[in-house]
Amino acid sequence: MTEYLATIGLETHIQLNTKTKAFCSCRADSWNDTPNSNICPICTGQPGALPSPNAEMVRKAVRLCLSVNANVNKVSYFDRKNYLYADMPNGYQVTQNDQPIGTGGFLDVEMEDGNRIRVHIDNLHMEEDAGKTRNEGGVRLIDLNRSGVPLVEMVTKPDLHSADEAAAYLMQLRQLIRWIDVSEGNMEKAQLRCDANVSVAPKGADHPGRKCEIKNINSIEAVRKAISFEIERQIRELEAGHSVEQWTIEWDNDAKELRKMRSKEDNVDYRFFREPNLMPVVISDARIEAIRKDMPELPWERRKRFMSEYDLPSYDAKLLTADRETSEYFEDTLKAGSADPKKVSNWMMNEILRIIHGSGCSAGKLKIQPKDLADIISLVENKTVSPAVGKQLADMVQDSGKRPAEIVQEQNLAMVNDSEAIRSICRNIIDGHPKEVNSYLAGKETLLAWFTGQVMRESKGKADAKLTGQILKEMLSICPVNSEGE
Amino acid sequence: MNKEFVHLTAWEQAHLVRTGQISASELLAAVLEHAAETNKNTHAFVTFCEKEAKEKACETDRKLSAGEEAGPLAGVPYTAKDVFCTRNIRTTGGSRILSGWLPPYNAAAVERMEKAGAILFGKTNCDEFAMGGTGENSAWQPVPCNPYDFERTTGGSSSGSAAAVASGAGAISLGTDTGGSIREPAAFCGVVGLKPTYGRVSRWGVLAFASSMDTVGPITRSVKDAALAMNALSGFDHRDNVTAKVPVPDYAEELKRGVCGMRIGISPDLLQLTIMNEKGDFDNVPIDPEITAALEQTAALLEKAGAEIITDVPMTNTKYSVPAYFVISRIEAYSNLQRYDGLKYGRPSSQQAQDMYDLFAKSREEGFGHEVKLRILSGLFLSQKEFYEKYYRRAQRARALIRSDYDRVFDPKGEYRLDVLLTPSTPVPAFRFDRKDCDPLLIRYADQFTSPMNFAGTPGISFPAGFTASGLPIGIQAAGYDYCEDKILRAAYAVEQLMKDSRGAV
Repeated sequence: MTEYLATIGLETHIQLNTKTKAFCSCRADSWNDTPNSNICPICTGQPGALPSPNAEMVRKAVRLCLSVNANVNKVSYFDRKNYLYADMPNGYQVTQNDQPIGTGGFLDVEMEDGNRIRVHIDNLHMEEDAGKTRNEGGVRLIDLNRSGVPLVEMVTKPDLHSADEAAAYLMQLRQLIRWIDVSEGNMEKAQLRCDANVSVAPKGADHPGRKCEIKNINSIEAVRKAISFEIERQIRELEAGHSVEQWTIEWDNDAKELRKMRSKEDNVDYRFFREPNLMPVVISDARIEAIRKDMPELPWERRKRFMSEYDLPSYDAKLLTADRETSEYFEDTLKAGSADPKKVSNWMMNEILRIIHGSGCSAGKLKIQPKDLADIISLVENKTVSPAVGKQLADMVQDSGKRPAEIVQEQNLAMVNDSEAIRSICRNIIDGHPKEVNSYLAGKETLLAWFTGQVMRESKGKADAKLTGQILKEMLSICPVNSEGE
Repeated sequence: MNKEFVHLTAWEQAHLVRTGQISASELLAAVLEHAAETNKNTHAFVTFCEKEAKEKACETDRKLSAGEEAGPLAGVPYTAKDVFCTRNIRTTGGSRILSGWLPPYNAAAVERMEKAGAILFGKTNCDEFAMGGTGENSAWQPVPCNPYDFERTTGGSSSGSAAAVASGAGAISLGTDTGGSIREPAAFCGVVGLKPTYGRVSRWGVLAFASSMDTVGPITRSVKDAALAMNALSGFDHRDNVTAKVPVPDYAEELKRGVCGMRIGISPDLLQLTIMNEKGDFDNVPIDPEITAALEQTAALLEKAGAEIITDVPMTNTKYSVPAYFVISRIEAYSNLQRYDGLKYGRPSSQQAQDMYDLFAKSREEGFGHEVKLRILSGLFLSQKEFYEKYYRRAQRARALIRSDYDRVFDPKGEYRLDVLLTPSTPVPAFRFDRKDCDPLLIRYADQFTSPMNFAGTPGISFPAGFTASGLPIGIQAAGYDYCEDKILRAAYAVEQLMKDSRGAV
């Protein structure tokens, strides 16, 4: 059987999280707003209206270029991409065609198995989004709220070879754009959209095969499915002795299937030319440097540093750098206390990630702050509270917003390491469970743990577990065999 | 009533209003009455906004009597070409496709005129979307006639603006100039027309024709009025990305500096038409000799006023202007007109349509006139990907060459060091609607002396420089370098004053 090699290039549309649209002062984000409530003469293409470029769009685009090692072009141009559609009010889209803001660059994608793939970037260009069309009961409804929202389209070279690699690239890109705060990167809200160019050829062939473009893929899962299906379809065509035709295919997310939109012959001529209403985008070296200086450490850099600086295992470092706020939370906790990094990492992975998951908040928005976590860890470390109470404390701080020490005092949670007090609880437990005492004395020594558990419960977790164990052992050893129960 | 006031200049009208010799309301009434009367013959207007104007005039009178600041043009009635958006006042751009549209906002130029105290009382007819050089391509017929001879065109595309100003219906009209659309009608109608530097006056709110060349400027009866209007209009506007933060001088004050010591050039390349023939060679075609004579006379006047005349200035690349203009203006125009689908604004077709695109097509078929359709089709043809190098890129290269001509002759360290370049405004004076008395070639190349500056982005002013033997006005153009509107105004002003003196002497 012939072996085949798939070749994939991705075009991602990244919606920038600027305050205002690309060329007017309407809000950029109008998710769930009433249709056509966030519009103005510019983004609805009124006669006589002119675009004014948003400086923040350019800054974020440069930031993205720098983060993927792309060359920032000091002079780039806006062009018109001419085509007629009802949700494109000017009859053209303002984009950057032949001299975009960024060229070249790469993103190193970590695969699950630890392999790394270098995905080269062809270019990054700024453009405006179109409005939305909805067909309902034979009526075409146009909503221009999204018209003019700034996007960066990032185009890769055909460096990917499987659906999994494409998905990994996209996940890493999503992490990056959120990390450097250029986009919210939410695929469900179409803040990150993906088109995929897929071709298949027998392994070793000197041409990667004729490519088909899949449009409108709006989740990581869809990327995986759509690309796998397309690779399978192309292999079927080749196996049947057909050649693959150059199609544009749409991913139907409801039916989970691919649908042909048009073949190459129907390809549109966009008649690109310079947008005369906008001056060239000129960026000085000084400005590029200023933006570079303002860049945060990137996720993969931070991950490496966590491993070398804090001696964390790769697994921990990866989890802690999944997003920027979590990684900052970790380091802020370290700074706020004196705990060992691995201990902090454990607390983060066990308690904080659990709380994040439960609350739906990001790390930076939790009520329990790094200082609180550091305090809890040191309360446990210096045995003011037991580890069990420490865990409860984390939840209590998150629920109440009160500081840990405050809660410990209010609810009297300090660990009981007064042996008299523990002795008295142990006495009660031993006296109340003659059957268990007999079994223990008969040689079932594992019951000691059960007794300890009972004491902990009775003390609401405040008893020092080690001390409790010692006392129990001592008290049980002098217990007479009890025959009452038999 | 007050008939004599309507023919005064804006400067004089403003003075009378400011000093209380006439109220803004009285002046407006006089101008409105006169405009309604002359419009019967000139057909300069498509809309009168009497009600809004009267309210503003009342407000101006109130301000003046209360001693409040009312602006340097307080109470001066003016008009705007129908391509300027005017809030809640019908704006059609001479096109049926915008029937019934009421713009939700004012053009920046209209705002600025209003801020200076001027009062908009009417919208003037023009070629549809400013595409044309005669005014004949308007959906609104009859089209404007030349006040000097109703059988003749006003020139275009700011046809109604020139006709209105020339006939005393308002002392200032706002026009637009993409290839000569302010300067040509000004020349044909014997008035002053200034096309500023690209970027000097905001284009916000002006229906776009060819955006890389569209400019906004005044048509007036005197040079000083043009200077006053430029004072009001000029300056940076954050809504128009191509406007520059170049300081705006007081142009009216600048006029007083005269032309003594100015270097004024004449180019042999711009005293004839140079036209490519079918073989690809260039033919030289002479222009109307009366215009050449007027240019020489104008140069002599300027020399008398102390300017130095340099007569051998090469402008060899300007011959590429008309064909290159054809390409770029049509490509930009086709793209700019894509938005007119008859749905968002204007009127959709009432015919049964199969789908959305069919409705677009039917609305555009009904809404656009013949010339506009021709230009859209040429634009579509020329902008095809396979012709990009052949047409668009080549035209852009020609544009760069034309620009280099201006850079060279105005270079203060160069060989010519010009302050002003003097050229004819047009190769012929106003021609007849039936074209009987004029070489069609001269009509086709009517933009030869004006369109190079739309490519270069540099300013030019057409000013009256006498009449032909048959009594038609002749316009001469003073061209300048980037943001040197002051210099061309000074040259035009000097000629205007000297001609007034010589007429006085006769």
